Amino acid sequence: MSSVSLLALRPEIAAAQQHARQAAATSGTQLTYFDHAAAAEIEAIAAQIVPTDDTPGAREAGVIYFIDRALGSFFKENQEAYRKGLAELQAKRAAMFPGSSSVALLEPEQQLALVKAIDGTPFFEMVRAHTMIGFFNSPDQGGNRDYIGWKLLGMEHQMVFQPPFGFYDAQVSKVDSR
Amino acid sequence: MSRAPYRPDHPVDFIVIGSGAAGGAVAKELAVAGFEVVVLEQGPYLRGKDFKHDEVSTVFLNQLTNNPKRQPQTFRKTEAEKAKVQFSVGYGREVGGGTVHFTANWWRLHEIDFQERSRWGAVAGASLEDWPITYQDLEPYYTKSEQDIGVSGLSGSNPFDAPRSKPYPLPPLPVKSSGVLFDRGAKKLGLHSFPAPMAILSQQYKGRPGCVHCGFCMQFGCEVGAKSSSMAALIPVAERTGNCEIRAESYVRKIETDPNGRVTGAIYFDSAKREVFQRAKAVALCANGVESPRLLLISKSKRFPNGLANSSGMVGKNLMFDTGTQVSALFDHPLNEYKSVQVTRVLHDFYDSDPKRGFFGGGGIDARFLETPVQFGLEGLPGMPRWGSEWKKTAAHYYPRTMALFSHLTCLAVEQNSVSLDPDLKDEWGLPCLRVTFKNHLDDLKTMQFILDRQKEILEAAGAEKVWPMPIGEVTDSVHLMGTCRMGNDPKRFVVDRFHRAHDVPNLFIVDGSSMVTSGRQQPTCTIQALGYRAADYMTQAAKRGEI
Repeated sequence: MSSVSLLALRPEIAAAQQHARQAAATSGTQLTYFDHAAAAEIEAIAAQIVPTDDTPGAREAGVIYFIDRALGSFFKENQEAYRKGLAELQAKRAAMFPGSSSVALLEPEQQLALVKAIDGTPFFEMVRAHTMIGFFNSPDQGGNRDYIGWKLLGMEHQMVFQPPFGFYDAQVSKVDSR
Repeated sequence: MSRAPYRPDHPVDFIVIGSGAAGGAVAKELAVAGFEVVVLEQGPYLRGKDFKHDEVSTVFLNQLTNNPKRQPQTFRKTEAEKAKVQFSVGYGREVGGGTVHFTANWWRLHEIDFQERSRWGAVAGASLEDWPITYQDLEPYYTKSEQDIGVSGLSGSNPFDAPRSKPYPLPPLPVKSSGVLFDRGAKKLGLHSFPAPMAILSQQYKGRPGCVHCGFCMQFGCEVGAKSSSMAALIPVAERTGNCEIRAESYVRKIETDPNGRVTGAIYFDSAKREVFQRAKAVALCANGVESPRLLLISKSKRFPNGLANSSGMVGKNLMFDTGTQVSALFDHPLNEYKSVQVTRVLHDFYDSDPKRGFFGGGGIDARFLETPVQFGLEGLPGMPRWGSEWKKTAAHYYPRTMALFSHLTCLAVEQNSVSLDPDLKDEWGLPCLRVTFKNHLDDLKTMQFILDRQKEILEAAGAEKVWPMPIGEVTDSVHLMGTCRMGNDPKRFVVDRFHRAHDVPNLFIVDGSSMVTSGRQQPTCTIQALGYRAADYMTQAAKRGEI
């Protein structure tokens, strides 16, 4: 039996693996703080920050469920900033795209133009930060569904790794074992 | 002798305040020697199962560290300023203290660290002093600590190391790509990188498993107990003696004294914020380089109007900060630094001060993992797009291919740099908050620039495609907290004697980062723990002779 599987049998590793699997599978499926309309608006911005292109983005990673959970609990001091920021965003949207009804229903290029227009504002910086946290934090807090964020960075999530870890140490270990 | 748990009105032999690198060692040594010990720890008692790979709870919500919402702090650069609410000093706040989440770099001081003042002379504007002990005085305790907790390393691999009486108990951890590249760059420049001494088990040791290389290491607690924290390696030994009681969530608000000036115990808030007075024959204060002086300053009495053990006026003075620099670099192939421990190679070629450089100071350099995913998402690297498809492509390319060299540098002791009590602000328990006054000595900044240039050269020699030196400047926040109750023979200028006994109070011992006379080159945990072992040995002998 390899040393990896021996380690995997240790109860603390097994428990941690079980926990990680559970968190990944159950991360974010229900809103508890935002209503659906507000969530759709924030998700539309998050999806510009981490767009869905040839790899999945904020939408697929369920970032909105992280932000929703955070705003309802550990980041609740930001509730007012979201309320105010969203109201200003709607005013900006209405000014830039007369006749539109919501950010979520804008065309993708209009959404991009709107987000570019608010880039650098405190509201944008806050949503960007929360999007990044939701995309890259462990699924324990909602978000990063199926480790989509970590996969973008080339991270596998395992409780146990064995050397070699990367290209350069693998080169050295080849030389050593000759 | 009675057995734990103890009644508060039963005067135990020792109260140990704090359970980190020093407190854990002191508690374990005293308990093993047969004394009755009560450990009072501010933070909770967490176990391996409580640790998750979750940056939000660990880093943002302070699962393992002091929370500035509950215990705010104020900061100013000079005494002339009014301090503003600002976070500046971080520490581990749970059973095991900072050793639970630390990097686990385990560097001994060099022989010269104890005698820099006599070797190089005074430095204008700094309170540079010799230690009252030498490396040889501390060596047996460095060794005892390494053997007790389990440290991985390769003896003899650092040509600048001081002599050691025993090799490391465990072989080094496997080298990562960052270490291989560091070796490559160093070798080209004729420098001497070596396998990092780490307080992390490379193999099973004393019933604890070896590292599983999960990668969530610095800032996180170790689920398997391979990190040789006081929580994993020392506290369980102390508890198994039956003499040692760990009281977590016990926040000391005063060390009590009698009219003769002797300590009689400690008053603390329990988890329900009820006050408890635990009596004791002696107290070992190991609460860290900011909390120890704060508690002494709070523990005023008629006999000690300027704070306990403070007739010298030096309690809280000479605060030294974690001073260092960072250069990040991009390479062609994936390094996958997110796996395994933080550091696998270290370099001490620029450790000593050198008068030819025109300033006082030096540093050690280590090769390490850049940032955990959330921190990378938030900060990224200089010049990177900040969002959108271009950001995604860059992030995906950079993250697996980057590493950093960190430096750990001299921070000169300056008397005006201090911890004091904020006159206005109170914490959640109604206690005066920490007020930190800190501004680096000019030589610290020169050391930073000098070492930053060396880091760049090494990474370029290693073949980096891009090199990003991070801007240098005055340090305004820190985790290595040193110098605030320095040890020395002269009661007029130092707070504790060479055995950590307070000059003013015969049954009070203070041992932690506050005892350090100089900063070494940061990475003080190994020395803080060795001092703890040495102080405990002295306390044991003195108590047995009836001299406490």
